[in-house]
Amino acid sequence: MSELVSSYEPVFVGDVRAKLEGMFANYPTRQALLLPALWMVQEARGWISEQAIAEVADVLGMTPAQVKGVVTFYTMYHTHPVGRHFIQVCTTSPCNLCGAEDVVKTILRETGCEELGRTSPDGRFTVIEVECLGACGFATPVLINDDFLENVTPERVPGILQRYQ
Amino acid sequence: MGYPHPSHPQETVVLSKHFGDAAARTYEGWVQRGGYQALKKVLGMTPDAVIEEVKTSGLRGRGGAGFPTGLKWSFMPKNDGKPHFLVCNADESEPGTFKDREIMRWTPHGLIEGCAIAAYAIAAERCYIYIRGEFTEPWRVMTRAVEEAYASGVLGANAMGSGKRIDIVLHRGAGAYICGEETAMLNSLEGKRGNPRIKPPFPAQAGAFGLPTTVNNVETLAAVPHIINRGGEWYKGLCLSNPKSTGTKLISVCGHIQRPGNYEITMGFPMKELIFDMAGGMRPGRKLKAVIPGGSSVPIMTAQEAEDCLMDYEGIVARGSMLGSAGFIVMDDSTDMVYQIYRLARFYAHESCAQCTQCREGTAWTVKIMERMLAGKGKKEDLKLLLDLSDQMTGKTICVLSDSCAAPVVSGIQKFPEEFEAYVSGNRKPVMAAV
Repeated sequence: MSELVSSYEPVFVGDVRAKLEGMFANYPTRQALLLPALWMVQEARGWISEQAIAEVADVLGMTPAQVKGVVTFYTMYHTHPVGRHFIQVCTTSPCNLCGAEDVVKTILRETGCEELGRTSPDGRFTVIEVECLGACGFATPVLINDDFLENVTPERVPGILQRYQ
Repeated sequence: MGYPHPSHPQETVVLSKHFGDAAARTYEGWVQRGGYQALKKVLGMTPDAVIEEVKTSGLRGRGGAGFPTGLKWSFMPKNDGKPHFLVCNADESEPGTFKDREIMRWTPHGLIEGCAIAAYAIAAERCYIYIRGEFTEPWRVMTRAVEEAYASGVLGANAMGSGKRIDIVLHRGAGAYICGEETAMLNSLEGKRGNPRIKPPFPAQAGAFGLPTTVNNVETLAAVPHIINRGGEWYKGLCLSNPKSTGTKLISVCGHIQRPGNYEITMGFPMKELIFDMAGGMRPGRKLKAVIPGGSSVPIMTAQEAEDCLMDYEGIVARGSMLGSAGFIVMDDSTDMVYQIYRLARFYAHESCAQCTQCREGTAWTVKIMERMLAGKGKKEDLKLLLDLSDQMTGKTICVLSDSCAAPVVSGIQKFPEEFEAYVSGNRKPVMAAV
Protein backbone atom coordinates (compact mmCIF):
# COMPACT_ATOMS: atom_id res chain seq x y z
CA MET A 1 0.00 0.00 0.00
CA SER A 2 1.43 3.34 -1.00
CA GLU A 3 2.03 6.04 1.56
CA LEU A 4 -0.73 8.11 0.00
CA VAL A 5 -3.32 5.40 0.48
CA SER A 6 -2.27 4.46 3.99
CA SER A 7 -2.47 8.09 5.10
CA TYR A 8 -6.08 8.38 3.95
CA GLU A 9 -8.52 9.09 6.76
CA PRO A 10 -11.95 7.66 5.99
CA VAL A 11 -14.88 10.08 5.90
CA PHE A 12 -17.61 7.62 6.86
CA VAL A 13 -16.81 6.98 10.49
CA GLY A 14 -18.53 8.11 13.68
CA ASP A 15 -21.26 10.70 13.25
CA VAL A 16 -20.89 10.97 9.48
CA ARG A 17 -21.31 7.21 9.14
CA ALA A 18 -24.31 7.29 11.46
CA LYS A 19 -25.87 10.12 9.45
CA LEU A 20 -25.48 8.16 6.22
CA GLU A 21 -26.80 4.95 7.78
CA GLY A 22 -29.84 6.90 9.01
CA MET A 23 -30.65 7.90 5.43
CA PHE A 24 -30.76 4.35 4.04
CA ALA A 25 -34.36 3.93 5.23
CA ASN A 26 -35.44 6.68 2.83
CA TYR A 27 -34.40 4.77 -0.30
CA PRO A 28 -34.99 1.25 -1.66
CA THR A 29 -31.32 0.82 -2.71
CA ARG A 30 -27.93 1.71 -1.22
CA GLN A 31 -26.76 3.20 -4.50
CA ALA A 32 -29.45 5.90 -4.25
CA LEU A 33 -27.33 7.38 -1.47
CA LEU A 34 -24.50 8.08 -3.89
CA LEU A 35 -25.20 11.79 -4.51
CA PRO A 36 -25.85 12.47 -0.80
CA ALA A 37 -22.69 10.53 0.16
CA LEU A 38 -20.59 12.50 -2.32
CA TRP A 39 -21.97 15.75 -0.87
CA MET A 40 -20.92 14.55 2.57
CA VAL A 41 -17.39 13.82 1.32
CA GLN A 42 -17.13 17.23 -0.29
CA GLU A 43 -18.42 18.92 2.83
CA ALA A 44 -15.83 17.14 4.96
CA ARG A 45 -12.83 17.37 2.63
CA GLY A 46 -13.57 20.20 0.19
CA TRP A 47 -13.12 17.88 -2.79
CA ILE A 48 -13.49 14.25 -3.84
CA SER A 49 -10.22 12.34 -4.16
CA GLU A 50 -9.60 8.93 -5.74
CA GLN A 51 -9.33 7.46 -2.24
CA ALA A 52 -12.65 9.01 -1.27
CA ILE A 53 -14.20 7.54 -4.42
CA ALA A 54 -12.92 4.12 -3.39
CA GLU A 55 -14.31 4.60 0.12
CA VAL A 56 -17.76 5.64 -1.15
CA ALA A 57 -17.79 2.67 -3.53
CA ASP A 58 -17.02 0.35 -0.65
CA VAL A 59 -19.68 1.86 1.63
CA LEU A 60 -22.40 1.70 -1.03
CA GLY A 61 -21.48 -1.63 -2.59
CA MET A 62 -20.42 -0.17 -5.93
CA THR A 63 -17.19 -0.21 -7.92
CA PRO A 64 -14.85 2.82 -7.90
CA ALA A 65 -15.36 3.11 -11.68
CA GLN A 66 -19.12 3.41 -11.23
CA VAL A 67 -18.69 6.07 -8.58
CA LYS A 68 -16.15 8.01 -10.62
CA GLY A 69 -18.48 7.94 -13.63
CA VAL A 70 -21.07 9.69 -11.50
CA VAL A 71 -18.69 12.13 -9.78
CA THR A 72 -17.40 13.43 -13.11
CA PHE A 73 -20.88 13.66 -14.65
CA TYR A 74 -22.03 16.35 -12.20
CA THR A 75 -20.37 19.75 -12.35
CA MET A 76 -20.62 20.59 -8.65
CA TYR A 77 -18.33 17.83 -7.40
CA HIS A 78 -14.69 18.89 -7.29
CA THR A 79 -12.19 16.26 -8.40
CA HIS A 80 -9.26 18.38 -7.33
CA PRO A 81 -8.69 20.81 -4.45
CA VAL A 82 -10.15 24.31 -4.88
CA GLY A 83 -9.68 27.63 -3.10
CA ARG A 84 -11.16 28.29 0.35
CA HIS A 85 -14.00 30.12 -1.34
CA PHE A 86 -15.48 28.68 -4.50
CA ILE A 87 -17.15 31.28 -6.73
CA GLN A 88 -19.62 30.38 -9.48
CA VAL A 89 -20.82 33.16 -11.76
CA CYS A 90 -23.79 32.68 -14.07
CA THR A 91 -23.06 33.77 -17.64
CA THR A 92 -25.88 32.10 -19.58
CA SER A 93 -27.88 34.26 -22.03
CA PRO A 94 -30.27 36.16 -19.71
CA CYS A 95 -27.40 37.13 -17.40
CA ASN A 96 -25.12 37.72 -20.36
CA LEU A 97 -27.67 40.26 -21.68
CA CYS A 98 -27.49 42.01 -18.31
CA GLY A 99 -23.69 42.29 -18.17
CA ALA A 100 -22.50 39.06 -16.54
CA GLU A 101 -19.26 39.07 -18.54
CA ASP A 102 -18.18 42.28 -16.80
CA VAL A 103 -18.96 40.71 -13.43
CA VAL A 104 -16.75 37.72 -14.31
CA LYS A 105 -13.89 39.96 -15.44
CA THR A 106 -14.08 42.02 -12.27
CA ILE A 107 -14.15 38.95 -10.04
CA LEU A 108 -11.19 37.38 -11.85
CA ARG A 109 -9.20 40.60 -11.43
CA GLU A 110 -10.17 41.33 -7.82
CA THR A 111 -9.55 37.76 -6.60
CA GLY A 112 -6.21 37.52 -8.37
CA CYS A 113 -7.38 34.31 -10.08
CA GLU A 114 -6.99 35.98 -13.50
CA GLU A 115 -8.23 32.87 -15.29
CA LEU A 116 -11.38 30.76 -15.00
CA GLY A 117 -10.85 27.53 -13.09
CA ARG A 118 -7.58 28.67 -11.53
CA THR A 119 -7.08 29.14 -7.81
CA SER A 120 -5.69 32.46 -6.63
CA PRO A 121 -2.01 32.36 -5.52
CA ASP A 122 -3.06 32.87 -1.87
CA GLY A 123 -5.36 29.85 -2.05
CA ARG A 124 -8.33 32.01 -1.16
CA PHE A 125 -10.51 31.81 -4.28
CA THR A 126 -11.36 29.65 -7.27
CA VAL A 127 -13.68 31.19 -9.88
CA ILE A 128 -15.71 29.40 -12.53
CA GLU A 129 -18.45 30.32 -14.96
CA VAL A 130 -21.60 28.31 -14.43
CA GLU A 131 -24.44 27.58 -16.80
CA CYS A 132 -27.74 29.10 -15.61
CA LEU A 133 -28.10 29.42 -11.85
CA GLY A 134 -31.88 29.70 -12.19
CA ALA A 135 -32.17 33.26 -10.93
CA CYS A 136 -32.29 35.09 -14.25
CA GLY A 137 -34.49 37.90 -12.91
CA PHE A 138 -31.77 38.72 -10.40
CA ALA A 139 -28.90 39.07 -12.83
CA THR A 140 -26.09 38.51 -12.16
CA PRO A 141 -26.41 35.74 -9.56
CA VAL A 142 -23.17 34.53 -7.99
CA LEU A 143 -22.82 31.50 -5.74
CA ILE A 144 -19.97 31.78 -3.24
CA ASN A 145 -19.68 28.50 -1.34
CA ASP A 146 -23.31 28.05 -0.23
CA ASP A 147 -24.18 31.78 -0.29
CA PHE A 148 -26.42 32.67 -3.20
CA LEU A 149 -25.95 36.34 -4.05
CA GLU A 150 -28.35 38.22 -6.35
CA ASN A 151 -28.01 41.33 -8.52
CA VAL A 152 -24.21 41.36 -8.41
CA THR A 153 -22.66 44.20 -10.41
CA PRO A 154 -18.96 44.93 -11.00
CA GLU A 155 -19.22 47.80 -8.48
CA ARG A 156 -20.40 45.46 -5.71
CA VAL A 157 -17.64 42.89 -6.25
CA PRO A 158 -14.87 44.32 -3.97
CA GLY A 159 -17.26 44.72 -1.03
CA ILE A 160 -18.59 41.19 -1.46
CA LEU A 161 -15.12 39.62 -1.67
CA GLN A 162 -14.08 41.28 1.60
CA ARG A 163 -16.57 39.09 3.42
CA TYR A 164 -14.67 35.98 2.27
CA GLN A 165 -11.21 35.93 3.82
CA MET B 1 -45.89 38.74 -7.41
CA GLY B 2 -45.10 40.53 -4.15
CA TYR B 3 -41.36 40.14 -4.60
CA PRO B 4 -39.17 41.89 -5.51
CA HIS B 5 -41.89 44.32 -6.68
CA PRO B 6 -45.43 44.78 -5.40
CA SER B 7 -47.98 42.78 -7.37
CA HIS B 8 -49.28 44.45 -10.51
CA PRO B 9 -53.05 45.09 -10.48
CA GLN B 10 -53.48 42.97 -13.60
CA GLU B 11 -51.85 39.92 -12.07
CA THR B 12 -54.05 37.07 -10.83
CA VAL B 13 -52.35 36.39 -7.55
CA VAL B 14 -52.78 32.76 -6.45
CA LEU B 15 -49.41 31.02 -6.14
CA SER B 16 -47.50 34.24 -5.63
CA LYS B 17 -49.81 35.70 -2.99
CA HIS B 18 -47.26 35.23 -0.21
CA PHE B 19 -44.03 35.83 -2.15
CA GLY B 20 -41.93 38.20 -0.05
CA ASP B 21 -43.91 37.41 3.14
CA ALA B 22 -41.33 35.75 5.40
CA ALA B 23 -43.92 34.79 8.02
CA ALA B 24 -45.67 32.55 5.45
CA ARG B 25 -42.59 30.32 5.41
CA THR B 26 -43.26 28.83 8.84
CA TYR B 27 -45.77 26.07 9.57
CA GLU B 28 -47.69 28.34 11.92
CA GLY B 29 -47.70 31.22 9.48
CA TRP B 30 -48.86 28.94 6.70
CA VAL B 31 -51.71 27.52 8.75
CA GLN B 32 -52.77 31.07 9.69
CA ARG B 33 -52.98 31.81 5.96
CA GLY B 34 -55.30 28.86 5.37
CA GLY B 35 -52.58 26.27 4.76
CA TYR B 36 -53.14 22.51 5.03
CA GLN B 37 -56.95 22.85 4.76
CA ALA B 38 -56.79 21.28 1.31
CA LEU B 39 -54.77 18.29 2.52
CA LYS B 40 -57.20 17.75 5.37
CA LYS B 41 -60.09 17.79 2.91
CA VAL B 42 -58.32 15.40 0.55
CA LEU B 43 -57.63 12.85 3.28
CA GLY B 44 -61.41 12.50 3.62
CA MET B 45 -61.89 11.96 -0.13
CA THR B 46 -61.13 8.92 -2.28
CA PRO B 47 -57.96 9.15 -4.39
CA ASP B 48 -60.11 8.88 -7.53
CA ALA B 49 -62.20 11.85 -6.45
CA VAL B 50 -59.01 13.90 -6.00
CA ILE B 51 -57.83 12.94 -9.49
CA GLU B 52 -61.25 13.87 -10.94
CA GLU B 53 -61.13 17.30 -9.32
CA VAL B 54 -57.70 17.96 -10.81
CA LYS B 55 -58.90 16.70 -14.21
CA THR B 56 -61.86 19.11 -14.00
CA SER B 57 -59.49 22.00 -13.30
CA GLY B 58 -57.69 21.52 -16.61
CA LEU B 59 -54.32 21.92 -14.84
CA ARG B 60 -51.43 21.07 -17.17
CA GLY B 61 -47.79 20.41 -16.30
CA ARG B 62 -45.95 23.66 -15.63
CA GLY B 63 -42.45 22.29 -16.18
CA GLY B 64 -42.63 22.71 -19.93
CA ALA B 65 -44.49 19.83 -21.56
CA GLY B 66 -47.99 20.94 -20.56
CA PHE B 67 -49.37 17.41 -20.12
CA PRO B 68 -52.74 17.28 -18.28
CA THR B 69 -51.90 16.61 -14.62
CA GLY B 70 -55.04 14.69 -13.63
CA LEU B 71 -54.64 12.40 -16.63
CA LYS B 72 -50.99 11.76 -15.72
CA TRP B 73 -52.02 10.79 -12.20
CA SER B 74 -54.71 8.46 -13.57
CA PHE B 75 -52.02 6.46 -15.44
CA MET B 76 -50.69 5.13 -12.14
CA PRO B 77 -51.67 1.49 -11.63
CA LYS B 78 -54.30 0.81 -8.98
CA ASN B 79 -54.09 -1.85 -6.25
CA ASP B 80 -51.00 -3.40 -7.82
CA GLY B 81 -49.45 -4.08 -4.44
CA LYS B 82 -46.23 -2.30 -5.39
CA PRO B 83 -44.79 0.78 -3.72
CA HIS B 84 -45.46 3.97 -5.75
CA PHE B 85 -43.40 7.14 -5.79
CA LEU B 86 -44.05 10.79 -6.43
CA VAL B 87 -41.05 12.78 -7.60
CA CYS B 88 -41.29 16.55 -7.48
CA ASN B 89 -39.08 18.10 -10.14
CA ALA B 90 -37.35 21.06 -8.48
CA ASP B 91 -34.32 20.94 -10.77
CA GLU B 92 -35.28 24.26 -12.34
CA SER B 93 -32.43 24.96 -14.78
CA GLU B 94 -34.02 26.12 -18.00
CA PRO B 95 -32.36 29.44 -18.90
CA GLY B 96 -34.83 32.27 -18.29
CA THR B 97 -36.87 30.36 -15.71
CA PHE B 98 -36.82 31.16 -11.97
CA LYS B 99 -40.36 30.57 -10.74
CA ASP B 100 -39.94 27.30 -8.81
CA ARG B 101 -37.14 28.91 -6.87
CA GLU B 102 -39.55 31.59 -5.61
CA ILE B 103 -42.24 29.02 -4.76
CA MET B 104 -39.75 27.09 -2.63
CA ARG B 105 -38.23 30.18 -1.05
CA TRP B 106 -41.51 31.79 -0.01
CA THR B 107 -44.19 29.13 0.17
CA PRO B 108 -42.44 25.87 1.08
CA HIS B 109 -45.47 24.54 2.92
CA GLY B 110 -47.64 25.18 -0.13
CA LEU B 111 -45.38 22.86 -2.08
CA ILE B 112 -45.32 20.27 0.71
CA GLU B 113 -49.13 20.35 0.81
CA GLY B 114 -49.33 19.90 -2.96
CA CYS B 115 -46.88 16.98 -2.79
CA ALA B 116 -48.82 15.33 0.02
CA ILE B 117 -52.11 15.64 -1.92
CA ALA B 118 -50.58 14.24 -5.09
CA ALA B 119 -48.93 11.40 -3.17
CA TYR B 120 -52.30 10.49 -1.67
CA ALA B 121 -53.99 10.62 -5.09
CA ILE B 122 -51.51 8.24 -6.71
CA ALA B 123 -51.15 6.00 -3.63
CA ALA B 124 -47.50 6.88 -3.07
CA GLU B 125 -46.19 6.66 0.45
CA ARG B 126 -43.08 8.57 -0.42
CA CYS B 127 -42.33 11.73 -2.35
CA TYR B 128 -38.84 12.77 -3.35
CA ILE B 129 -38.32 16.46 -4.01
CA TYR B 130 -35.26 16.66 -6.29
CA ILE B 131 -33.77 20.15 -5.83
CA ARG B 132 -30.92 21.34 -8.02
CA GLY B 133 -27.62 21.56 -6.18
CA GLU B 134 -27.13 25.26 -6.78
CA PHE B 135 -30.40 26.17 -5.01
CA THR B 136 -28.84 26.53 -1.58
CA GLU B 137 -31.44 28.90 -0.16
CA PRO B 138 -34.52 26.96 -1.36
CA TRP B 139 -32.82 23.85 0.04
CA ARG B 140 -32.49 25.42 3.49
CA VAL B 141 -36.05 26.74 3.45
CA MET B 142 -37.50 23.42 2.28
CA THR B 143 -35.43 21.47 4.83
CA ARG B 144 -36.81 23.54 7.67
CA ALA B 145 -40.37 23.30 6.34
CA VAL B 146 -40.24 19.51 5.95
CA GLU B 147 -38.93 19.21 9.52
CA GLU B 148 -41.81 21.38 10.72
CA ALA B 149 -44.32 19.33 8.72
CA TYR B 150 -43.11 16.14 10.42
CA ALA B 151 -43.04 17.77 13.86
CA SER B 152 -46.63 18.97 13.47
CA GLY B 153 -47.93 15.61 12.24
CA VAL B 154 -48.70 16.70 8.68
CA LEU B 155 -46.21 14.14 7.37
CA GLY B 156 -45.18 10.74 8.69
CA ALA B 157 -46.89 7.45 9.54
CA ASN B 158 -50.20 9.07 10.43
CA ALA B 159 -50.47 12.13 8.18
CA MET B 160 -52.86 14.62 9.80
CA GLY B 161 -54.38 11.80 11.85
CA SER B 162 -55.61 9.97 8.74
CA GLY B 163 -53.80 6.71 9.39
CA LYS B 164 -52.09 7.19 6.00
CA ARG B 165 -48.32 7.35 5.68
CA ILE B 166 -46.94 10.24 3.63
CA ASP B 167 -43.19 10.84 3.63
CA ILE B 168 -41.25 13.58 1.88
CA VAL B 169 -37.51 13.21 1.27
CA LEU B 170 -35.42 16.07 -0.11
CA HIS B 171 -32.77 14.97 -2.60
CA ARG B 172 -30.02 17.34 -3.72
CA GLY B 173 -28.79 17.40 -7.30
CA ALA B 174 -25.19 18.24 -8.13
CA GLY B 175 -25.15 20.40 -11.24
CA ALA B 176 -26.63 18.89 -14.40
CA TYR B 177 -29.33 20.62 -16.48
CA ILE B 178 -30.33 17.29 -18.01
CA CYS B 179 -31.59 16.02 -14.65
CA GLY B 180 -34.63 18.25 -15.20
CA GLU B 181 -35.66 15.71 -17.87
CA GLU B 182 -37.84 13.36 -15.87
CA THR B 183 -36.19 10.04 -16.68
CA ALA B 184 -32.70 11.53 -16.25
CA MET B 185 -33.92 12.73 -12.86
CA LEU B 186 -34.99 9.20 -11.96
CA ASN B 187 -31.56 7.85 -12.88
CA SER B 188 -29.91 10.59 -10.84
CA LEU B 189 -32.15 9.79 -7.89
CA GLU B 190 -31.04 6.17 -8.15
CA GLY B 191 -27.39 7.27 -7.82
CA LYS B 192 -26.53 7.08 -11.50
CA ARG B 193 -25.41 9.50 -14.19
CA GLY B 194 -28.29 11.67 -15.35
CA ASN B 195 -28.87 9.97 -18.68
CA PRO B 196 -32.45 10.12 -19.98
CA ARG B 197 -34.15 6.75 -20.51
CA ILE B 198 -35.87 5.50 -23.63
CA LYS B 199 -39.66 5.62 -23.28
CA PRO B 200 -41.70 3.43 -23.04
CA PRO B 201 -41.79 2.25 -20.37
CA PHE B 202 -43.15 5.51 -18.98
CA PRO B 203 -42.53 6.36 -15.32
CA ALA B 204 -46.11 5.37 -14.39
CA GLN B 205 -45.19 1.78 -15.31
CA ALA B 206 -41.51 1.68 -14.40
CA GLY B 207 -40.13 4.87 -12.88
CA ALA B 208 -37.92 5.40 -9.84
CA PHE B 209 -36.27 2.10 -8.82
CA GLY B 210 -38.36 0.37 -11.51
CA LEU B 211 -41.58 1.12 -9.65
CA PRO B 212 -44.67 3.15 -10.67
CA THR B 213 -43.77 6.83 -10.41
CA THR B 214 -45.29 10.19 -11.24
CA VAL B 215 -43.01 13.16 -11.84
CA ASN B 216 -44.55 16.63 -11.46
CA ASN B 217 -43.07 20.12 -11.55
CA VAL B 218 -42.99 22.37 -8.46
CA GLU B 219 -45.45 24.91 -9.85
CA THR B 220 -47.89 22.17 -10.90
CA LEU B 221 -47.93 20.68 -7.40
CA ALA B 222 -48.13 24.09 -5.73
CA ALA B 223 -51.34 24.81 -7.70
CA VAL B 224 -53.08 21.66 -6.43
CA PRO B 225 -54.07 22.86 -2.90
CA HIS B 226 -55.77 25.91 -4.47
CA ILE B 227 -57.72 23.65 -6.84
CA ILE B 228 -58.86 21.48 -3.92
CA ASN B 229 -59.82 24.48 -1.77
CA ARG B 230 -61.67 26.46 -4.41
CA GLY B 231 -62.72 23.69 -6.78
CA GLY B 232 -61.70 22.45 -10.21
CA GLU B 233 -64.47 24.55 -11.81
CA TRP B 234 -63.05 27.74 -10.29
CA TYR B 235 -59.58 26.97 -11.67
CA LYS B 236 -61.01 26.08 -15.07
CA GLY B 237 -62.72 29.49 -15.11
CA LEU B 238 -59.35 31.24 -14.93
CA CYS B 239 -59.02 31.46 -18.69
CA LEU B 240 -58.89 34.42 -21.05
CA SER B 241 -58.57 32.60 -24.33
CA ASN B 242 -58.34 28.90 -25.19
CA PRO B 243 -60.30 26.59 -22.80
CA LYS B 244 -57.48 24.04 -23.04
CA SER B 245 -55.22 26.45 -21.12
CA THR B 246 -56.61 27.13 -17.67
CA GLY B 247 -55.48 28.58 -14.38
CA THR B 248 -52.69 30.98 -13.56
CA LYS B 249 -49.09 30.81 -14.76
CA LEU B 250 -45.98 32.32 -13.28
CA ILE B 251 -44.01 34.03 -16.01
CA SER B 252 -40.34 34.64 -15.20
CA VAL B 253 -39.43 37.82 -17.05
CA CYS B 254 -35.72 38.58 -17.50
CA GLY B 255 -33.13 40.02 -19.85
CA HIS B 256 -33.54 43.58 -21.20
CA ILE B 257 -36.55 44.57 -19.13
CA GLN B 258 -37.16 47.37 -16.64
CA ARG B 259 -38.77 45.29 -13.91
CA PRO B 260 -37.55 41.69 -14.05
CA GLY B 261 -39.40 39.22 -11.86
CA ASN B 262 -42.19 36.67 -11.73
CA TYR B 263 -45.63 37.78 -12.90
CA GLU B 264 -48.66 35.60 -12.30
CA ILE B 265 -51.10 35.86 -15.17
CA THR B 266 -54.36 34.19 -16.04
CA MET B 267 -53.81 31.91 -19.04
CA GLY B 268 -54.44 33.82 -22.25
CA PHE B 269 -53.09 37.18 -21.05
CA PRO B 270 -51.70 39.39 -23.84
CA MET B 271 -47.92 39.18 -24.21
CA LYS B 272 -47.68 42.83 -25.13
CA GLU B 273 -49.24 43.93 -21.85
CA LEU B 274 -46.96 41.58 -19.93
CA ILE B 275 -43.87 43.12 -21.47
CA PHE B 276 -44.79 46.78 -21.64
CA ASP B 277 -47.21 47.18 -18.77
CA MET B 278 -46.51 44.66 -16.01
CA ALA B 279 -42.77 44.32 -16.48
CA GLY B 280 -42.20 47.99 -17.28
CA GLY B 281 -41.06 47.68 -20.89
CA MET B 282 -37.66 48.45 -22.36
CA ARG B 283 -34.91 50.64 -20.99
CA PRO B 284 -35.25 54.29 -22.08
CA GLY B 285 -34.49 54.74 -25.76
CA ARG B 286 -34.56 51.02 -26.52
CA LYS B 287 -36.97 49.04 -28.68
CA LEU B 288 -38.05 45.41 -28.38
CA LYS B 289 -36.22 43.15 -30.78
CA ALA B 290 -37.03 39.57 -29.78
CA VAL B 291 -38.35 37.37 -27.00
CA ILE B 292 -37.81 33.74 -26.09
CA PRO B 293 -41.09 33.00 -24.32
CA GLY B 294 -40.71 29.51 -22.87
CA GLY B 295 -37.21 29.13 -21.54
CA SER B 296 -34.27 28.95 -23.93
CA SER B 297 -35.39 25.67 -25.55
CA VAL B 298 -38.18 27.18 -27.65
CA PRO B 299 -38.06 29.11 -30.94
CA ILE B 300 -37.22 32.83 -30.76
CA MET B 301 -40.09 35.25 -31.55
CA THR B 302 -39.67 38.61 -33.23
CA ALA B 303 -41.12 41.78 -31.69
CA GLN B 304 -43.84 41.65 -34.32
CA GLU B 305 -44.80 38.08 -33.44
CA ALA B 306 -44.96 39.08 -29.77
CA GLU B 307 -47.22 42.03 -30.60
CA ASP B 308 -50.55 40.18 -30.76
CA CYS B 309 -49.64 36.93 -29.00
CA LEU B 310 -51.75 35.53 -26.18
CA MET B 311 -49.84 33.85 -23.36
CA ASP B 312 -51.10 30.29 -23.17
CA TYR B 313 -50.10 26.90 -24.57
CA GLU B 314 -52.04 27.31 -27.84
CA GLY B 315 -51.59 31.07 -28.25
CA ILE B 316 -47.80 30.89 -28.36
CA VAL B 317 -47.82 27.82 -30.62
CA ALA B 318 -50.00 29.84 -33.02
CA ARG B 319 -47.17 32.40 -33.18
CA GLY B 320 -44.53 29.76 -33.87
CA SER B 321 -43.08 29.13 -30.43
CA MET B 322 -44.05 27.44 -27.14
CA LEU B 323 -45.02 28.41 -23.59
CA GLY B 324 -42.56 25.81 -22.24
CA SER B 325 -41.54 26.66 -18.69
CA ALA B 326 -42.52 30.33 -19.26
CA GLY B 327 -39.00 31.62 -18.78
CA PHE B 328 -39.45 34.85 -20.71
CA ILE B 329 -36.19 36.26 -22.07
CA VAL B 330 -36.49 39.79 -23.46
CA MET B 331 -33.97 41.19 -25.94
CA ASP B 332 -33.89 44.83 -27.03
CA ASP B 333 -32.40 46.39 -30.15
CA SER B 334 -28.91 46.45 -28.63
CA THR B 335 -28.76 42.63 -28.81
CA ASP B 336 -26.33 40.79 -31.05
CA MET B 337 -28.59 37.84 -31.94
CA VAL B 338 -25.76 35.73 -33.33
CA TYR B 339 -23.76 36.07 -30.14
CA GLN B 340 -26.75 35.34 -27.89
CA ILE B 341 -27.70 32.26 -29.91
CA TYR B 342 -24.08 31.14 -29.72
CA ARG B 343 -24.23 31.61 -25.96
CA LEU B 344 -27.31 29.37 -25.81
CA ALA B 345 -25.66 26.75 -28.03
CA ARG B 346 -22.74 26.76 -25.61
CA PHE B 347 -25.17 26.06 -22.79
CA TYR B 348 -26.58 23.00 -24.58
CA ALA B 349 -23.13 21.73 -25.57
CA HIS B 350 -22.07 21.99 -21.93
CA GLU B 351 -25.21 20.26 -20.68
CA SER B 352 -25.48 17.43 -23.22
CA CYS B 353 -25.32 14.13 -21.33
CA ALA B 354 -23.38 12.76 -24.34
CA GLN B 355 -25.51 9.65 -24.64
CA CYS B 356 -26.78 10.29 -28.20
CA THR B 357 -24.34 11.09 -31.00
CA GLN B 358 -26.57 13.69 -32.67
CA CYS B 359 -26.62 15.66 -29.43
CA ARG B 360 -23.06 15.11 -28.19
CA GLU B 361 -21.50 15.96 -31.56
CA GLY B 362 -24.24 18.25 -32.87
CA THR B 363 -24.23 20.69 -29.97
CA ALA B 364 -20.42 20.86 -30.02
CA TRP B 365 -20.31 21.40 -33.80
CA THR B 366 -22.95 24.12 -33.55
CA VAL B 367 -20.71 25.92 -31.06
CA LYS B 368 -17.62 25.52 -33.24
CA ILE B 369 -19.34 26.82 -36.37
CA MET B 370 -20.77 29.79 -34.51
CA GLU B 371 -17.42 30.54 -32.89
CA ARG B 372 -15.76 30.79 -36.27
CA MET B 373 -18.57 33.05 -37.50
CA LEU B 374 -18.16 35.36 -34.53
CA ALA B 375 -14.39 35.36 -35.07
CA GLY B 376 -14.84 36.58 -38.63
CA LYS B 377 -13.80 33.22 -40.10
CA GLY B 378 -17.29 32.10 -41.11
CA LYS B 379 -18.22 31.07 -44.61
CA LYS B 380 -21.38 31.76 -46.60
CA GLU B 381 -22.18 28.02 -46.53
CA ASP B 382 -22.14 28.03 -42.73
CA LEU B 383 -25.77 29.14 -42.50
CA LYS B 384 -26.92 26.14 -44.51
CA LEU B 385 -24.53 23.93 -42.58
CA LEU B 386 -26.06 25.08 -39.29
CA LEU B 387 -29.56 24.41 -40.61
CA ASP B 388 -28.63 20.95 -41.91
CA LEU B 389 -26.94 20.13 -38.63
CA SER B 390 -29.96 21.37 -36.66
CA ASP B 391 -32.18 19.15 -38.79
CA GLN B 392 -30.06 16.14 -37.86
CA MET B 393 -30.42 17.13 -34.21
CA THR B 394 -34.22 17.35 -34.23
CA GLY B 395 -36.48 14.40 -33.39
CA LYS B 396 -33.69 11.84 -33.47
CA THR B 397 -32.51 11.46 -29.90
CA ILE B 398 -33.66 9.92 -26.60
CA CYS B 399 -34.62 13.29 -25.10
CA VAL B 400 -35.14 16.77 -26.55
CA LEU B 401 -31.92 18.48 -25.42
CA SER B 402 -30.49 18.49 -28.91
CA ASP B 403 -33.83 19.70 -30.35
CA SER B 404 -33.64 22.50 -27.78
CA CYS B 405 -30.24 23.55 -29.08
CA ALA B 406 -31.54 23.53 -32.64
CA ALA B 407 -34.64 25.64 -31.84
CA PRO B 408 -32.92 28.99 -31.22
CA VAL B 409 -30.40 28.35 -34.02
CA VAL B 410 -33.01 27.60 -36.68
CA SER B 411 -35.45 30.31 -35.60
CA GLY B 412 -32.57 32.78 -35.26
CA ILE B 413 -31.33 32.16 -38.80
CA GLN B 414 -34.88 32.31 -40.18
CA LYS B 415 -35.89 35.48 -38.36
CA PHE B 416 -32.62 37.43 -38.22
CA PRO B 417 -30.79 36.24 -41.38
CA GLU B 418 -29.18 39.63 -41.97
CA GLU B 419 -27.29 39.41 -38.67
CA PHE B 420 -25.80 36.04 -39.56
CA GLU B 421 -25.00 37.17 -43.09
CA ALA B 422 -23.24 40.26 -41.74
CA TYR B 423 -20.80 38.05 -39.84
CA VAL B 424 -20.07 35.63 -42.68
CA SER B 425 -19.75 38.37 -45.31
CA GLY B 426 -17.27 40.32 -43.24
CA ASN B 427 -19.61 43.30 -42.86
CA ARG B 428 -19.59 42.99 -39.13
CA LYS B 429 -16.58 43.31 -36.87
CA PRO B 430 -15.64 39.99 -35.23
CA VAL B 431 -16.46 39.89 -31.53
CA MET B 432 -14.38 36.86 -30.68
CA ALA B 433 -10.75 35.94 -31.15
CA ALA B 434 -10.09 33.24 -33.74
CA VAL B 435 -9.72 29.80 -32.12
